[in-house]
Amino acid sequence: MMTKIAFVRKKEIPPSAPPITEVGLIGWLRQNLFSSWLNSILTVLSVYFIVIILWDFIPWAYGGHWNTKSLRECLDLDPDVACFSVLTARWKQLLFGLYPAEEYWRPTLTFIFLLLAIVPILFPKFFRFFWFSIIYPGLAVWLLWGGSFWSISIVYIGLTLGALFFLTLIRRYLKNYMIAAILAFLFTAVFFLFISNPLVGLLNVILPISLPFVESLKMGGFTLSLIVGVTGIVASFPIGILLALGRQSNLPVIKMICVGFIEFIRGVPLITLLFVASVLLNYFLPPGTNFDIVLRVVIMVTLFSAAYMAEVIRGGLAGLPLGQHEASASLGLTYWQSQRLIIMPQALKISIPGIVNTFIGLFKDTTLVSIISLRDPVGLASTIRADQKWNGIYWELYVAIGLMFFIFCWGMSQYSQYLERKLKTDK
Amino acid sequence: MSSPTLPPSESFKFSMLLSDTRYRGMSLQVITFIIFMAVFFWLVDNTIKNLALLDKDVSFNFLWLRAGYDINQRLIPYTSDSTHGMAALVGILNTLLVAFVGCIIATVLGLFVGILRLSKNWIVAKLMSAYIEGFRNVPVLLWIVMVFALLTEFTPAPRAFKGAEPEATMLFFESVAITNRGTYFPAPVLAEGAYWLLLCFGLSIVAVIYFIRYANKQKKDTGKSLPTFWISVAVIIFPTLILFFAMGQPVSLEYPYLKGFNFKDGIHLRNSFLALTLALAFYTSAFIAEIVRAGIMAVSKGQSEAAASLGLRPNKIMSLIILPQALRIIVPPLISNYLNLTKNSSLAIAVGYMDVRGTLGGITLNQTGRELESMLLLMGFYLAVSLLISSFINYFNRSFQIVVR
Repeated sequence: MMTKIAFVRKKEIPPSAPPITEVGLIGWLRQNLFSSWLNSILTVLSVYFIVIILWDFIPWAYGGHWNTKSLRECLDLDPDVACFSVLTARWKQLLFGLYPAEEYWRPTLTFIFLLLAIVPILFPKFFRFFWFSIIYPGLAVWLLWGGSFWSISIVYIGLTLGALFFLTLIRRYLKNYMIAAILAFLFTAVFFLFISNPLVGLLNVILPISLPFVESLKMGGFTLSLIVGVTGIVASFPIGILLALGRQSNLPVIKMICVGFIEFIRGVPLITLLFVASVLLNYFLPPGTNFDIVLRVVIMVTLFSAAYMAEVIRGGLAGLPLGQHEASASLGLTYWQSQRLIIMPQALKISIPGIVNTFIGLFKDTTLVSIISLRDPVGLASTIRADQKWNGIYWELYVAIGLMFFIFCWGMSQYSQYLERKLKTDK
Repeated sequence: MSSPTLPPSESFKFSMLLSDTRYRGMSLQVITFIIFMAVFFWLVDNTIKNLALLDKDVSFNFLWLRAGYDINQRLIPYTSDSTHGMAALVGILNTLLVAFVGCIIATVLGLFVGILRLSKNWIVAKLMSAYIEGFRNVPVLLWIVMVFALLTEFTPAPRAFKGAEPEATMLFFESVAITNRGTYFPAPVLAEGAYWLLLCFGLSIVAVIYFIRYANKQKKDTGKSLPTFWISVAVIIFPTLILFFAMGQPVSLEYPYLKGFNFKDGIHLRNSFLALTLALAFYTSAFIAEIVRAGIMAVSKGQSEAAASLGLRPNKIMSLIILPQALRIIVPPLISNYLNLTKNSSLAIAVGYMDVRGTLGGITLNQTGRELESMLLLMGFYLAVSLLISSFINYFNRSFQIVVR
């Protein structure tokens, strides 16, 4: 007789829910915050620290005054909260320095154009109007400093003519690039030495377009930081690449010059270089020359970060296997071809974090111009505090300036991480 | 079978200097060299002309003239009657002091933050990355002036310590006073016999070094490890301590005390020094933290797993497997960050600390009008420091890097 089986389960029992301590919010807390007694202590300490900071900061910032006339008035109303009125009263100065008030539209427009010029370079997939990025530098100089439109555009005209001359030579008459380049250079030089000035005069008579001239010492605030920072970043990158290549070169004279330059610049603080720019440069130039202080600063900052850039890129070059050089040479590529097509794309990709760090460093270093008494935001902060109305104000100004710099620098570092992910070829 | 025809030997043509790869490098170098020398001589020529116009010469005699200005924080005796050279030396020592103290604080903080950022604890890791991003993305000059403002505006004045019920009290058993004029610490006073104590201390350190060498050798030979750490601590502390009491306490502390409206005695650290050092240390520590994190993460996970499967305990894995490999990656950028800190200390001018840029490149330059000479010396000093440090990095790289082939 068959044993009668009273009950056979046909289906699997549904799994019971995991213990409440392992999933959900509690599980997450246990795993991430209270996994051991040491971790629990650290968590409690951190939370305590955060609470203390926010406990003081939020009421201070949230209840801040925005519309008083002076610090005195703020303190009379409520001494325990922020006095952001200084920003209300002086934000224009922090942004534009001593730029004439009726011309504020010019730096503003320059900044908007900067975004237009920079976005296609940052995201080449989505935007394709590079011509504006090429025009932008001249346009920005004209908008910021003013003067005749033609004296800026003549530079573009001259360079375009030189390039056309070079291309015609190569296509029609000459095979040797170097000779063509030298001839084109001479042509351009002749153009700028003899033809450009009369031409500008002529154009000014025919079609006078000009903006009121604004001198460099009037530039200040974040406008100045951006002028120095952006120009430095744009110019130091190609110079850095050339220096890095020069340092790797097997031509001893070029190598020595590059090594000497890089080591010298990296060995001294930026401040001493800025002092050279403001104090000593007049010694090194022909007697009587006196050229623009902002331009001098830009040149020094550019050279400074170019040296650092060169070292970063050299690191990238050293990171490439030697086989890449040899393979490209055995394909019959010339030095510049193999640099352009094989070596640089890979070396630059490796060195993206370092390059962006150098950019960020450069942008932060623009604050040092306050030490040679240019009016960048940090310099302006002391100017504002010297005003009797705002004497004794610290945090509101510093927090605002720090926040502006943080946004720019943090943005750059985020972009570099995006770029690294985008260019990653090995999964 | 035909022999390969040799290309006809070309006669040398002038255009080959630019087109032939055999000569192009050479001619390029010659051209570069000529341009370089031309620019160089142009600059020198301009300088000579300008100096002649201003009726100046180039001479370093000013270094032996009376300086005539005071320096409020100094490590060596200096008065306003001392020479400009002496002032420069005071400045150099001040720069080195900031750099030294700053590097130590930055390293400790950076190690701490970098390791904590790798913590599995979510909130701690986020807090540390906020610290790193905050310090790295805001200019160091702004941090310096902010820390200076914090130290001068939010600390009590010395007179707040006065009276029966003072508004402010000294910390650590009435020994440290934080005021808006600086911080006062107890100063050690060396009595007779203190040098014996120092000697004893030095000897114990030497003994510890030899002991560690012996212990390492023992470990390699027999596989047995000695309790190195505790023995070292004991060797460093006890002989000196015993001698200290045996000789009747030749070193005592001199506490700062309030006299009139200011503190007297003790070591006085001015706010300018503190602000500069702390701000530089915080700023650099954020960079060091990232270096430490990158170094530890660069050691592949297989290493710690392999070590664990050999049966090593977690702390042994860290000290014997991970750290020695991570240090190879960490040390070179760490040292170049020390160098950055040293160079950034030239921002001392923002808080009025008299470093070498403030004395030699500041007041001396302005008083004597010797811009060229002062700047040359100043740059020479920084260059010397940086070349010294980078040669050390090269030495480190050569002797500690893994040799692959």
